[in-house]
This record gives sequence, C-alpha cells and structure tokens, in this order.
Amino acid sequence: MNDVTQLQDQLRLVPLEHYVFLCIVLFCIGLTGVLLRRNMINVFLSIELMLNSINLLAVAFSVYYNDPNAQAFVFFIMVVAAAEVAVGLAMLVMIYRNVQTVDINALNNLKW
Amino acid sequence: MTAILFYLLSAICIISSILMIFHKNAMYSVLFLLICFFSVAGLYVMLNAQFLAIVHIIVYAGAIMVLFLYVIMFLNMSTPITIRKSKLVMGIAVLTGSSLCFVLVTALWATNFGQNPAIVNQDIGLASTLGKVLFNEFLIPFEVSSVLFLSSMVGIVIFNKKEQKDE
Repeated sequence: MNDVTQLQDQLRLVPLEHYVFLCIVLFCIGLTGVLLRRNMINVFLSIELMLNSINLLAVAFSVYYNDPNAQAFVFFIMVVAAAEVAVGLAMLVMIYRNVQTVDINALNNLKW
Repeated sequence: MTAILFYLLSAICIISSILMIFHKNAMYSVLFLLICFFSVAGLYVMLNAQFLAIVHIIVYAGAIMVLFLYVIMFLNMSTPITIRKSKLVMGIAVLTGSSLCFVLVTALWATNFGQNPAIVNQDIGLASTLGKVLFNEFLIPFEVSSVLFLSSMVGIVIFNKKEQKDE
C-alpha cells in the first residue's frame, strides 16, 4: 500500500501534459531532421526518433489511464520499426552499390 | 526529486536529438541518437514500464543502432557529405518543424487530460501482465508480426542476391 501511494505521489509530480509536450517536441525534431538532411542514414535516424516519441506517448497514456493494451501496441511498433530499419538499410546498401552515394538528391530519376 | 529527474532526462533527450539532426557526421548522429534512446528508456523506468524499458534498450540500442553503425562502417561513410543544402531549404525545414511544434502545443495547451490516476496499478508494466495481454487479446497480431519478420528477412536476402547476379 505504501508503495502504491508513493507511486501516485511520483506521478502527480509530473503531469501528463508534460509527457505530451515532450513527445510533441521530439516528433517535431524528427520531422525537421527528415526535411533537413540529405544523408539517407540521417533521414532513417530521424524516422526512428519520431517512432520513439510516439512510443513514449503511448506508454505515458497507458500508465496514467491504467491500460496495458497501449504497452502491447508499443511492443508491436517496436517490431515494425525493427523490420523497417532492416529492410531500409538493405535498400540503402543496394542504392549505394548502384549510384555510389547516399545523397537523396542523387535519386531524382522519378522526379517530375 | 522525481520531477527533477524527469526534466533532466527530457532535456538530455531533446538536446541530444537536436545535436543528432544538426551534426554533419553520420557516425556522431547515431551516437547522439543512442544517448536519446537511453534517456527515453529512463523515462520508461520512471513510468513504471520496466519490461518496455528493457525491450527498448535491447531492440533499439542493441539491434537497430548496431545495424546503423555497421552499415556506416561497411559503406565507409564516416566522411561527411560536403555539399550542403541551400540555406533557404534548411530554413524552410526548420520553420516547418517549429511551426508544427507551435501548432500542436497551442492546440493541446488548454486540453484537460483528466486528473492523475486515482488508483495506480503497479503491475501494469511487468512482463507477466504484458505477456497475458499479448497472448490473449493480441495473439493474432503477435503471430502476424512473426510472419512480418520472416518476410522482411526474405526481402533483404532477395535484395542482396539480385545485386550479386547483376555483378
């Protein structure tokens, strides 16, 4: 019982809004990174950051609303992120072998 | 103490991610993102989600970041790309991100997310609770995700096979 009240006190010190604002800031930093960088590796890293901010938001809501389903969703997001990164990096290696660069501006064959 | 820890971890997270997107060298970007991931794992521990914190460190820091570092070393890309985007495009990118941040924060500023929990279930983040949820309600998605992994593995092998045939 003592532990439960202690945890409640700890949660009251940090309101849910602050987690929401932290996740918004992280997501927008990730979006800026996707738009800003030309290196394909950095674009992938920024996408990982955006996925991560969504995960953090889901976990915060799950804990504050007592719902373990959200944490199962976070688990699936991690699974999909791992598969996405593996496939994306394989594509990146293939692109590098073909055009000898990871600059996204070099891949403009489909432009216009 | 807990609040200070939260603000410290979120400051580390935000600063390292900003350094990540602005650093020229891809290798340092990966290492900054690693710092960001560890602080996010600390936030998971603070939220009493121990299982997800461990899984996060194992999957992100252990698997994904190592994959990134391996690809960077494999392609010998530690030298930065010297040609820059134009200042205009960079300014527009930063403006887009910051204006989206501004819009979301102002939209959610006055939102009432409800009172903090009256009853806190401490077991919510434990492996036993999540395992029960995962194998009762989410059994079919769990099995489908294994098929997803298999298909992504096959896709990667096919990518690299084709490449060898062309050579």
